[in-house]
Formats: sequence, C-alpha cells, structure tokens
Amino acid sequence: MVPASEIGPAATDVPLKPAPFPATLQAKLVLRSPPRWHHVAELSLKVMAFTAIAAVTLIFVFVAKEALPLFWSDEVHEEVTPGQMWTSQTWPGYDRPEHIWQPVSNHPKFGVWPLIVGTLKITLVAMLFGVPLAVGAALYVSQFAGRRTREIIKPTIEMLAAVPSVVLGFFALMVMATLFQDWLGLSSRLNALVAGVALAFAVIPVVFTISEEAFGAVPKSYIEASTALGAARWQTVLFAVLPAAAPGIAAGVALGLGRAVGETMVVLMASGNASILSGSLVDSVRTLSATIAAELAEVVFGGAHYTVLFFLGAFLFVVTGVINFAGDMAISRMKRRMGVSS
Amino acid sequence: MNSSATLPHPTFARSREQKFGDRLMWATTALATLLVLFVLLIIVADVAIHGSTKLTIGFLTERPSQGMTAGGIFPALIGTVSLVILMTVAVVPVGVATALYLHEYAPPRHFTTRTIRIAINNLAGVPSIVFGLFGLGFFIQFVGTGIDKVLYDGEKVYGQPALVWAALTMAVLTLPVVIVATEEALRSIPRELREGSLALGATKFQTVLLVVLPQAMPGVLTGTILAVGRGAGEVAPILFTGVAYFLPRLPDELSDQFMHLGYHVYVLSTQSPDVDKTKPILYATVAVLLLLTFTLNIAAILVRSRMRRKL
Repeated sequence: MVPASEIGPAATDVPLKPAPFPATLQAKLVLRSPPRWHHVAELSLKVMAFTAIAAVTLIFVFVAKEALPLFWSDEVHEEVTPGQMWTSQTWPGYDRPEHIWQPVSNHPKFGVWPLIVGTLKITLVAMLFGVPLAVGAALYVSQFAGRRTREIIKPTIEMLAAVPSVVLGFFALMVMATLFQDWLGLSSRLNALVAGVALAFAVIPVVFTISEEAFGAVPKSYIEASTALGAARWQTVLFAVLPAAAPGIAAGVALGLGRAVGETMVVLMASGNASILSGSLVDSVRTLSATIAAELAEVVFGGAHYTVLFFLGAFLFVVTGVINFAGDMAISRMKRRMGVSS
Repeated sequence: MNSSATLPHPTFARSREQKFGDRLMWATTALATLLVLFVLLIIVADVAIHGSTKLTIGFLTERPSQGMTAGGIFPALIGTVSLVILMTVAVVPVGVATALYLHEYAPPRHFTTRTIRIAINNLAGVPSIVFGLFGLGFFIQFVGTGIDKVLYDGEKVYGQPALVWAALTMAVLTLPVVIVATEEALRSIPRELREGSLALGATKFQTVLLVVLPQAMPGVLTGTILAVGRGAGEVAPILFTGVAYFLPRLPDELSDQFMHLGYHVYVLSTQSPDVDKTKPILYATVAVLLLLTFTLNIAAILVRSRMRRKL
C-alpha cells in the first residue's frame, strides 16, 4: 500500500483544471487530407458507374439510327414506306390486299403483321403453359415443402435458367417436335405450339424465382391470422397468401413476358419460321426476333431490308423495355409494401 | 426473405371439405413442381444418353472433318473460351466499379443513382438479339470503321465481325449480372467493418479498396462465374458480331472471327445436310455446352452459399 501522503494532496484540494495539452501531440492529431490520386480513383469509379446508362442509351441510339432511313430515305421508299408495313397491300399477282412478309422476292413485301401475330401466338402459348407451372411450383416450394425439400428443389428449378436457350431450341427441334407431331397428328412439325412450350421453359425460372420470393415475403401474421379464424390450409393459401403476393407474381409474369417476347434462339429453331398470318396455333410461325436473326446476315448494308430489320429491333427494344419497366415498378411496390428496403 | 415457415398444422378438427381442399391444393402444386423438374431431367438425360457415346478426349481436341460429320469441336471450344476471357476482362472491372460506386459512394435517393439503377434493370431486360444489332451498329459500323479509317487507311480490319466486338457485346449483356452479384455481397458486409477502418485513420478510398472490396470478393467471383456461364451459352448477340460456322484456323488476333459452341449447335441442328450423320456430334456438342454451363452455375451457387454461411 502506498500512503496517501505520497500520492499527493486529496483531489478536492486541487482546482479542476485540465493539464495543458502538449503542442507536439496536437499537431499529430490533425487528419491529413487524402492524396490526390484517391480523388482521381473515386472519380473514375463514378465515371464507370455511368456505363450502364451509356449502354442503354447507345443501344437505343444506334439501333434507331440504322432504322431511321426508313422514314425519309427516298432510296428505301422505293421498296417500302412505314405505312406499307402496317397496312395490307395488293401486291402484283394477288387479287386482294394482304399482309405479307416476303422481303426477298421480285416485289419485296414488308408487312409486319404476320411477324407480330406470330410473336403473340408463341408468347401466348409460353405464358399459358409456363405461368401456372411456375406459380404452382413456387407455391409448393414456399408453402408446402419442408425446409430440406425446399433447399433441394429451389436451386434445381433455378438450374433451368442455366440451360442456354440454344439448348432449349435444340431439344424442341429434336425431341419435342416429333413427340407433339405423333401425339396430335400435326401437319407441320415445327409450329407455334412446340416453340411456345419450349419457350415456356425459358420463362418458368424467371416467374418461379420472383413468385417464390413474393410468397416468402408474405408476413407470417397473415397466415397465422387466417389459420386462427379457422381457415383450412388451402383457404389460407388461396385467400390470404395469394392476394398478398399478387403484386410480386404480377412482376414475375411481366418480366417473364419480356423474356418471352424477346427470346430468339428457341423460336428461331423450333417455330418453323414461315411467316403465315393465321390464328392457328399449330401453323408454322415466324417471330420478330427470329426474323432479325435469320435475315440480317444476308442483307445489303444500308438497304431497305437492313433498315426494316433494325426498325423491328428498335420496336422490340421499346416493347420489352415498357414491359420490363412495369415489372420492375411492381417489384419495388411489392418491396415497399412488405417493408423490405431494396 | 424466404425463411417464412410452412403453414402451421391446425390441430383442431377440420371438415371433410377442408381436408379435401388441402389435399387437392397440395397435389396440384406438387404436380406443377414435378412437371418442371421432370422436363429438366428429361433434357439432361436425353443429352447425357445420346451425347456420352461420342464424348471423348479426342472429341474435345480434334477439329471437325468431312463436312462436320466427323472429328471434334476443338476450334469451337477455343473460340468460346477466348470469347469469355475477353468478355470477363471487359465486364468485371466495370461491373465491380459500378457496384462499388452505387453502394459505397452514391447518395441512395439521388436522381443520378436512381437513373443508374433503372438503366441496369433495363439493360438486363433487353432482348439478346437487340444486343446483336447494337454490336453491329455501334461496335462494328461505328467504332470499328472509325479505327480502320484512322489506323488502317480505310482497309477493313476492325470494321467487320470480329472476336473483340463479339466479346464487348457480350460484356454489355452480362454487365447487370456482375453488378447485381457484387452489390449483393457489398450489402452483406457489416457497417462496423467500414467504421473501424475509418476510425483507424484510413481514407474512404483506402477503406473501400482494402477493407470492403476484399470482403466482397466471393460476390465478385459469383458474378463473374454467372457472367461466364451466360457468355458461353448465348448465341443471338454474336450472330452478326463475329461468330463463324467453320474456320480453318484458330483465332489469334482480336480482329479474327471465331467458332462458338452454342452457334455450332444451332448450325448443326438447323443447317446440316445430313441430320442422321451429324446427330451424334450434335448431341455430344450439346452435352459439352450443358456440362460447361451447369458446372459454372453450380460453382456460383456453392460460392454464394459459402459466402452466406460465413456472414
């Protein structure tokens, strides 16, 4: 023990005054500003972050740029005008006005309706087939499957997204087309039905992932409240979980739709690529995307056909852009509603 | 987010209709799940069975011969690998920089930040064929022709389909993949780590570069692997930007054209004069492509789940 006298006078005897701070220490505590190259590096991060904006802008500008001559070039107008693409024309050798897409012939015909109807038919089949399967699977995984089962099934279904679309197209062409023809006795082996069903498997992982997330984000209290009111499981799922997750499902369907409309390789390989304007689902069809893919390699640069194909590309860009934007809006609404910050 | 428990088992008595309804709903949704899994299984099984007979080391290291009815896929394999390497070199720095800026620097509610996010979402939804048109219109017609005018006196070197243009087009397509995966990793890094670094006197940039980025590496890796998987499988964007059906030699310049596994599958299955003769080769090529993309995606899943467990 040290006697109190040796420590010094009691604390109360000393006026409470802080000791003067040594000047040398003070100088060391001043923070140096970061070196100049840090600012340069941070600025270059920011510049690179603008690549995404630049990319979207450049995509639109450069696709539209090649399509613009369609509206004012006299050279292009000798073969086609924007009006002729959307209205039926009485072509030489035909006795009544028709919508025909036949760009390589003595009288190039650029009627786009067969392509748009073809795209719609395939998309319709893909959505009708894919959405119920995807939402059903998402319901099963999120509401009925046990934890173990879920951890196996979910990544497996998501592996479907890893299958390249060219492989889906190949499978449709080699296996599904023959099966469908045998089962249904179809006249054309490759048609809207085969391509649509194959396309559904490109849409399913998109819709599944987002729907599953939406079901998972439904507050547990909804389920508990519904169960407490005496609802059976199916009633809870149908009347509490499903409505609560509806915006999320809508978002998934919208993004799936965007994928279906723009998907190229599956339809290029499995649709038969005949530009027939009909309401039948078992006719051969040609879509907008497949038309660009199949024809652009063989056209004259800057010619009418080239210009029209770029116009179709710009059209696809705008249509899918609007669909995807709606889907993204629905997702952020869902996240806000569920109290999840994005 | 997906941790919501399964529905609690009601312990009270249920009516017959309720029991029936429960079973019906269980059965319908289980059936949907099974159907999806079944088709995936059929695709994999079909490709595995028909493709395995031809799939040997020789198939991977030989060139195609006798008008694509014999030989291997060596040039297509090399072309695909060259494409994804170039693509990775282009996309990873930009993608990681974007994610770092968005998560570490950008004011979250600011107009610019929101515009960048909308652009990324938009980019992810652009149809792959439109990327092909963009590659042709921008990289080849604008940039490539520009380079030729300045450096090569207008001689066509870069103003035509080339490996470098296909790789850059693919890099733009995979940019959102890298950004999203990196940002997910950044989001999971605890704030204390950044604050600790700043409190020790590190500058903001030192913190981002030496503390935050190393922690986010699994996310960067996941994004890169997913991007590579995507780049190896997509065909539409390279149709007009550099892929060739058959080339006598391997690409050794950036301005060369190249062969590609996915395009090889497309051409063999739609434009082959003798389908029965090419079928074994076709199936084996699909098997290689599927094996490649599946391996990459499983690797990405494993890296991601390890990252999640660590945190």
